[in-house]
Parts: sequence; C-alpha cells; structure tokens
Amino acid sequence: MIITDFGYCLAPSNAVKVDKTTDWRFEKLCALESDVLKCIGCGSCTAVCSAGHFSQMNLRQCILSLSRGQWEKSVRSLSRCMLCGKCLMVCPRGINTRHLILSICRIYCPGEGGSNA
Amino acid sequence: MRERLLSGFDPFVLPFMIGMCFVLLYCLVAFVRLMGQLSRKERRRFFRSLFIPKNIARNVRDIFCDCLLHVKLWKRNPRLGYMHSSIAFGWFMIILLGHIETFLFVPHRAGLFYYPIFFRYFMVMEGTELKGSLLFFLMDFFLAVILSGIALAVYKRIHRAFFGMRRTTRLSLIDLIGLYSLWAIFPLRWIAEGFTANVAGGSFMTIPINWLLRSFMSNPENITAAWWAYSIALGTFMCVLPYSRYMHIPAEMILIPMRNAGLKVRAARRGFALVQIKSCPGCGVCIDACPMGLAGKKNSMDASAYLARQIRRNNQKNYRDIADKCLMCGKCKAVCQVQFDSISVRRLIREAVPYKLAHDYSYLSSYVESGAVSAENPVEVLYYAGCMSAQTPVIPRSVQRLLDTANISYKLMDPDGSICCGRPLILAGRSSQARELIRSNTRIIHSSGCKILIVSCPICYRMFREEYKLKGVQVLHYTEYFDMLIKEGRLAVRQGEERIAYHDPCELGRGCGIYNAPRRALSAAGSLVPVPKEKVESICCGGSLGSLTLSYQERSRIAVGSLKNLTANGPDLVVTACPLCLKTLADASDSTPVKDFAQVLCEHT
Ligand code: SF4
Ligand code: SF4
Ligand code: SF4
Ligand code: SF4
Repeated sequence: MIITDFGYCLAPSNAVKVDKTTDWRFEKLCALESDVLKCIGCGSCTAVCSAGHFSQMNLRQCILSLSRGQWEKSVRSLSRCMLCGKCLMVCPRGINTRHLILSICRIYCPGEGGSNA
Repeated sequence: MRERLLSGFDPFVLPFMIGMCFVLLYCLVAFVRLMGQLSRKERRRFFRSLFIPKNIARNVRDIFCDCLLHVKLWKRNPRLGYMHSSIAFGWFMIILLGHIETFLFVPHRAGLFYYPIFFRYFMVMEGTELKGSLLFFLMDFFLAVILSGIALAVYKRIHRAFFGMRRTTRLSLIDLIGLYSLWAIFPLRWIAEGFTANVAGGSFMTIPINWLLRSFMSNPENITAAWWAYSIALGTFMCVLPYSRYMHIPAEMILIPMRNAGLKVRAARRGFALVQIKSCPGCGVCIDACPMGLAGKKNSMDASAYLARQIRRNNQKNYRDIADKCLMCGKCKAVCQVQFDSISVRRLIREAVPYKLAHDYSYLSSYVESGAVSAENPVEVLYYAGCMSAQTPVIPRSVQRLLDTANISYKLMDPDGSICCGRPLILAGRSSQARELIRSNTRIIHSSGCKILIVSCPICYRMFREEYKLKGVQVLHYTEYFDMLIKEGRLAVRQGEERIAYHDPCELGRGCGIYNAPRRALSAAGSLVPVPKEKVESICCGGSLGSLTLSYQERSRIAVGSLKNLTANGPDLVVTACPLCLKTLADASDSTPVKDFAQVLCEHT
C-alpha cells in the first residue's frame, strides 16, 4: 500500500502486525469459530475461569495474543481448561468460548514453530 | 384349485427374483460383516440370548409390536401409527397368507420364492371351496388395508399436519425411488390380481376390478403386462432397498434381538451402532421433537434422522458437523421408535476428532493435597455446588439457607472455586481427560468422610451417578433431598398462592429420570400448572453444554421457544432446578419471572 507523505504519519502500532495476524492458523480458526473476532477483551471469562483459579489459564489474553499472531506462549495455557463452561455463561458477547478453545486446540500446537506455512 | 401352468414358471418373475436374491445376498454379507465388528464377548452374548426362552419371547413380542404394529407411533399419533402399521402389518399378512395358500394347494412349489407372491397367476380355480374363499377374502382385506395406508402416505406428502407432524424427513433420490416403487407395488398387484380374478379367484377387491377391466380390455396379453409391471415394481424396490432408508426392514430384525441381549453402543459407526443407524426408517418423529428446530428451519437438518443418513452415506464432514451441534438433550432417543442411541453415537464421533494441544491438569494434585475439604469433624452431608451454580449465586445461597433451616450440619465441597465434575469434557468427547477430574473429585469426596453428597447441578448429578464410583456415599440432587426433608417433616414449607410451571432440566429428567421429586416439593409451596410438553417431552432450554457449535443466537431462539411452551398456561412463575436452565431461561424471559427450585422453597419457609 502506498501512503502519501503528508508530513505526518500514524504512529506504528505495536499491537497489530498485519503480516503476523494473517497467520494461516488464525484464518483457519476464524473459519472454524468466527466468534473469535467478536471478543472485546473484557476479561469476564478469565475472572470466572475454574482452571484460572489454580493455574495461569487466561482466555482473554490468549485470544488477544492469537489475533496478534503471537501464539506460541499463550496457547499452552489453554491445556488447563476443563471445558466447564463458566466462561460461556458470562461472556457479554455471547462467544461460544468452549468451541473456541476446542478449535484452538485443534489448530495450534506449541513447539510447531511460528512461521507462516 | 390346481396349477394353470405346468412349468410353474413365467419370465415375468425374473425382476422380482433378481431383487430378492440381491437383497438376501446383501443381508447375508452385511450380517457376516456385522458379526465381525462385534467383540467376542458381545458376539457370545448375542448368540446366547437367542436361545434363552425369556429373550425369545421378548424378541417376538418386540418384533411384532415395533416392526409390524408400530405401537410407539400409534401412541404418538394414531393416524401416523395406522399409516405405518397398515403397510407393514398388511404386507406381512399378505406374504404369510401367500405362503399358507401355497402350502395348502401346491405344497411341491413351496420351495420357490416367487410362487407365494405371484400365486394367483399360476393357479386356476375349480368350483368354490370354503377355505379358498376365506383366503381370498383375507388376501383382499389386507390388500385393502395396505392401499388405505398408501393413500394416507401419499396424503402425508401433501398435508403432514394431519398426522401431527410439522416437519418430515427430506428424502434423497434413492429414498424417493424406493418410496415410489413401494407405492406402486400394491396398486399394481391389485390390477394384476384383478385381471386373473375370474380364473384364479378373488374377493371383494379384485372381482370388481376384474369386471371393470374385462369390460374394456379383453386382450389376454394385458394380463402378463400387468404381472410384469407388478414384478418390476417389486424388483426395483428390492434393488434400492439396501441403499435407501428401507434397509430398516431387515435391520430391525437384528436390532431387536441385539437390544434385548443388552448390547451397548461402543463405536460410532460399527457394530450395534451401525444396526441402529440402518434401522432408522427416517420416520421424522425426532425432527419435530428436536429443540434445535426452534433455532431455525435449517437447524432441523441436524436431527438424528439426518445423522443416521449422513453416517450411512459415510460423509464424514457432514456427520461431524451434525454431531457437534446437538444439545445432547436426549429427546430424540426418548421418542424414537427404534431407540436410536444418537447421544452415544454423537459422543463417539466427537471422540474421534484429533487435537494437537494435549491437556495438562498438573494443578489438580496440589489442589487435592491442599485438603479442599477438611477431614476434621466429618459431617454426614457434603454439598457440591459445581461450576455452574457458582455463576448463579442464588442457588448455593438458597440451598445453604434451607439446610440451615432444617438444622442439617453440612460442609461445602467448593466454598471457593472447584474443579469441574468432568461431564462437559465427556460430552465434548474427551473422556480420558475427564477421568483425571473424576479421580481428583473422588478423592476429595472420600476424604471428607461424608455419607450424602448433595449437588445442585443436574449435569454434575448425572456425572456422579453414572461415571463415579462413590462407595458408601449417596448422591442426591437437591430436589430429591429437599423433597425427602419435607416428607419427613424436617423442613416446613408454607403453601403460597403462586401458579408455578416447572421446567424439567434435560439431565435431571430424561437423563436421570427424576420428574416427581421436584414437583412434589414445589406443590408444597405453590400450585403447579401443567405444561403442554413436560417430563419426557420437555424442551431443552438451549443452554446445554452438550452442544459444541450452536451459536448464541441459535441458543437464544431455542430458549424463547422453550419458554413459550412453559408459559403456555399462564403461570405466575417458571421454576427450574438447574443453574444453566435458570440463567438461560431468565435471559430469554421478559415477563414471567424465572426462579430456582431452592429459591422458591426458601421464600416459603
Ligand atoms: S470452560 Fe475452560 S476457560 Fe471456560 S471457565 Fe471453564 S475452565 Fe475456564
Ligand atoms: S468474556 Fe467474552 S468478550 Fe470478554 S474477554 Fe472473554 S471471550 Fe472476550
Ligand atoms: S432416529 Fe428414530 S425418530 Fe428419528 S427418524 Fe430415525 S427412527 Fe424416526
Ligand atoms: S439430543 Fe436433543 S438436540 Fe440433540 S438431536 Fe436429539 S433432540 Fe435434538
């Protein structure tokens, strides 16, 4: 994309790295469970999480990281989920969190490398 | 009577014979393959049961009631029952009578498959005899019964509401070929027998046709044409049978002895499950029953009838999608005439989905060791609220208040955070993971030294009952426990004025068969109003954790539909006994308040 130089520019975002977010895994995830795009990062799911009570499980952070293409560290935490469904009950966006977690577990594999396949 | 053709053969029987031999061969091969799919133990169990007199009697009764008379469908809707049983039973009687005729008059032809079917073509009548005319009458009578059934079946295609059905199964091409050839068989038989009625005898159905036909078609060639058409219709039907829903006819003959032998579904598409899948005639009863139909028209394509079809077609993508959507409410199984255990099949399909990320529950051991429930001062009663009740604090609060009122000394199993009971994992097809949770919870429960475990969530309740082995601990749902306390006079409940509609949670009702305890207890607090669809027929609230892929919008529409059923008789209050139902129904309701069972009792103490 050519951006005309107006003498000022947008500050480079450190959150959204376009080339990383178009990771094939994330695209596949959106195809399996498009709800992932609806998350507003409110953190309700994390607040009530049964597994989070005992471990580092953090769904909100995981969704955020995945959308930024930084998944190596965060997906591992999902291995603690008990699928109890508390997060499903509280999510204000009505996200099907359990299916989202299952879909992530189907697609992402820690240690598989982070490059675009 | 004597034979008209000395050879006892005519080329028109060939289409029928080809179809017949094909079906027999197919069934034989399928049976051998099926036996190969059973484990050794199952096979032994199955064959042994075939020789136990009590089982034989049960098999005969079930085959008669289920396959021929369709008693279950009669109970559902008499017209639907008549339609199915008239064709099945009528056809059976015609075949039976055909064989009796052959044995009586030409015993040396009894070995020929086609003889009883085309009996009238080969025979000629000499004078009248009583047994002959009685058989003729019976034959025509059952032909009339079948024709009436077929007329109803045709009418059902146009106007299904007449049969109490909102939706019926959408047929595939091969099913349609089977259907039309089945419809054609009996009118053609009527015409064919009509042509020969003056020679071979007939009764009130065939003789009038004979007069009618002879008055304008005197050419004897027409006779063979009619019999050819009849034979071709039969042959076509039999050739498509193994690939269409009509496979249910032979499959049910195996299904019933297998079911009575006590076999269980162990693999999604093999063995007993396969027999169940093949036995589904696509009657469509489950389509109307399925709460997913409330979410939208396209969701009714996820009912069990279609699951069976997609598995038959071996379409992995489709049957996985269908398996993932289901709420696992169990209603389809409850209404199904072949008791298709679609829940187990769905669970096993889910189990086969591969996951790349392995689970890690290493935190469990430290939780168990930390002594979640202290072993000091053991008390009789332990209360486990569960994950869901933690999201609906009114439930644990009310339960505790009721326990206090009744002066019960109890302990909480999860005062601050718990581990899940494991049922959500099992429903998602990850049962090996669930085992770890089961082990941990079992240790916690045993270390508490309790005798009674009360749970307020029906999901946990079913899990504890079915999957846990809690020796010396009685597991009770809070509805059962409080019902017992009221009955024993330990908990006094004040009678109120409210008119209450009670919603049966799926896991508590159909899952565990608890329908009366909550009703009894609630009627001490208010007056129960009947709900159009309740108990076994109750409609899932839509919140069920059983479904993996239903979206929030779809769930909301189901909840609205379920609530509509509950409020049909204008109650003041909808009451349920499950945290998930409570939340889901309360979200969907804007006029009638939705309350929890314990909450209502609490208000009346
Ligand atoms: S389903 Fe998983 S992520 Fe959601 S609350 Fe339960 S343990 Fe936490
Ligand atoms: S509760 Fe829902 S919207 Fe909020 S962070 Fe979790 S998934 Fe996102
Ligand atoms: S699954 Fe049962 S209720 Fe559904 S179409 Fe088949 S036989 Fe009928
Ligand atoms: S279990 Fe319930 S939701 Fe699932 S197919 Fe059967 S009736 Fe429908």
